[in-house]
Amino acid sequence: MASGTVAVVRVAPRASRGLWGDAWRRLLRNRPALLGFVFIGVFVGTAVFAPLLAPHDPGALYPPPPDASSGATGPYPPRPEHLMGQDLQGRDEFTRVVYGARISLLVGLGSVIFGVIIGGFVGAIAGAAGGRADNVLMRVVDVLLAIPGILLAIGIVAWLDRGLPQITIAVAVTNAPIFARLLRGGLLAIRESDYVLAARSVGVPTRRLLLRHMLPNSLTPIIVAATLALATAIIDVAGLGFLGLGPPDPRTPEWGTMLTDSTKFLRAAPYLIFFPGLAIVISAVGFNLLGDGLRESLDPRLKK
Amino acid sequence: MTKYIVRRLLGAIPVLFGLSIVLFAFIHLIPGDPATAILGQHATAQRIAEMREYLGLDDPLPVQYVDYLAGLLQGDFGRSFINNQPVLGEFLRRFPATVELTIAAMIFAVGVGIPLGRFAARYAQRWPDGAVTVLSLLGISIPVFVLGLTLQYIFAVQLKVLPASSRIDARLQLDLQTNFVLIDAWLHAGWTFDEKVDAFVDGVRHLVLPAIALGSIPLAIITRITRASVIEVANEDYVRTARAKGLTERRIDGRHIMRNAWLPVVTVIGLQVGGLLAGAVITETVFAWNGVGRWIVDAIGNRDYFVVQSTILIFALIFLMVNLIVDIAYAFLNPRIRYA
Repeated sequence: MASGTVAVVRVAPRASRGLWGDAWRRLLRNRPALLGFVFIGVFVGTAVFAPLLAPHDPGALYPPPPDASSGATGPYPPRPEHLMGQDLQGRDEFTRVVYGARISLLVGLGSVIFGVIIGGFVGAIAGAAGGRADNVLMRVVDVLLAIPGILLAIGIVAWLDRGLPQITIAVAVTNAPIFARLLRGGLLAIRESDYVLAARSVGVPTRRLLLRHMLPNSLTPIIVAATLALATAIIDVAGLGFLGLGPPDPRTPEWGTMLTDSTKFLRAAPYLIFFPGLAIVISAVGFNLLGDGLRESLDPRLKK
Repeated sequence: MTKYIVRRLLGAIPVLFGLSIVLFAFIHLIPGDPATAILGQHATAQRIAEMREYLGLDDPLPVQYVDYLAGLLQGDFGRSFINNQPVLGEFLRRFPATVELTIAAMIFAVGVGIPLGRFAARYAQRWPDGAVTVLSLLGISIPVFVLGLTLQYIFAVQLKVLPASSRIDARLQLDLQTNFVLIDAWLHAGWTFDEKVDAFVDGVRHLVLPAIALGSIPLAIITRITRASVIEVANEDYVRTARAKGLTERRIDGRHIMRNAWLPVVTVIGLQVGGLLAGAVITETVFAWNGVGRWIVDAIGNRDYFVVQSTILIFALIFLMVNLIVDIAYAFLNPRIRYA
């Protein structure tokens, strides 16, 4: 405790830059979070610049290495022209892993944004209205939370049929109840606070009270949860692909689907498992590190 | 306490009710005609008419729902489209396989996670703590299927020390009576004691890799919570008092720290059950494990919607029950909490 007091004294003369400014400074001092930024940078950079990074066409079939016996089919091991080898059809694995980042980022980010919007909307109504509306909405949330994670997503994809938009919706619906609960809880706690009472007593209209006073103050847990949810979303999307519920077009380079196609060649072609697997892990680690870092920097009380 | 349990049980009813509506909608609101969706585009008009009749699709929706609910209450979860077997029977036959895997994963997660968390707490802010933190970060970041395939490659393909898949060596021709392999090994008629031991050991060897793959996420979470909880309790005044009056570290650890650090750990262990059931779906697919999870995946492939719908409902039911049990266990463990 003593050292904590010293730190406060040292920091005190510097003018506070507000919640976000302070949080940003703390985040930049958090080494794991910076590492998370690096991993996310690799992931997002790969996704954005895929056509520049990838040496080949993700859908095209390439000839086997010259020393392959005639009539042989893939997979073929890594060599200079095909850094991560070639899959069963002879496509370039490196190119497919690179383009897979696009699918993963698009569907992962889409599902979290969509989940935050639905969940946030439901949570805001429940938390702001209270009473009967709150009760009904939270029972719906309970129902969705009663179905264990990916099982709900599996059910939804089975229902809506396979496809990237369907996967996005499925993962979003799986995530939404968590955001709804978080925002509702935050709003309910804030509703009782003194500054809301103060704002109300000077006659701030309800709409403004909600949008300017209550929502911004309950956003931090949502930001942390959304970052961590990105890691889970990437894993869940790949999981659906692995279970055979990925995009129906086999040419789409989706990491989980690529893994499923390769499980039969675990002995002969472990590289077809290793590289897509590593790509998933790097992306998930990145968002988990950043999420933990955000949690610590947005809540100064949590300092170890 | 009884009052609390009753209230919680009653509270589960609306959730189950809502769940049944959602899952009913799942079958009856399939985009397009459910009968066609189930049978495929090329089915004859007569087959489709039969299927509509079978599903009761020509009745008004509320009537259909009431029929469905009445069936559920009598334990009728529908039949598989593929082999016309009742869903509940097949579920119960396969469920022990999933339970066996889940329990093994839990034993691994708790057995390794708690000591690891205590170890990290003892060396808090020093390198062993850092190593454990990295490990638990990897635990939650590696998907079950990636870890499962990696373990298969290392231990089954390369080192050849453990079997890659299935529940037991098929050559042993084990009779599955309870469908818990580790129990059936002892029940097998006509085997000598040594043969039973061999079968049991073989069953355990088949369990190791899937249990590690499935248990990795709970392991990471239990480790984190144990570490945080032990550190928090270790900073309490009464621990300082215990140390000041000269108790041995061992006694402080056992009597003063762990007893109070248990609570969050127990809660989080209970909360992992849902995740384990969901994770079992993927683990069973990786390891060709003939449980409920693999059944769901096959059913989706076959568009066997009743199987998908009903297994999700049963899983949710189990999940709700487990959460209830965890809450009650929590109240028992912590006398400071009294539910009114």
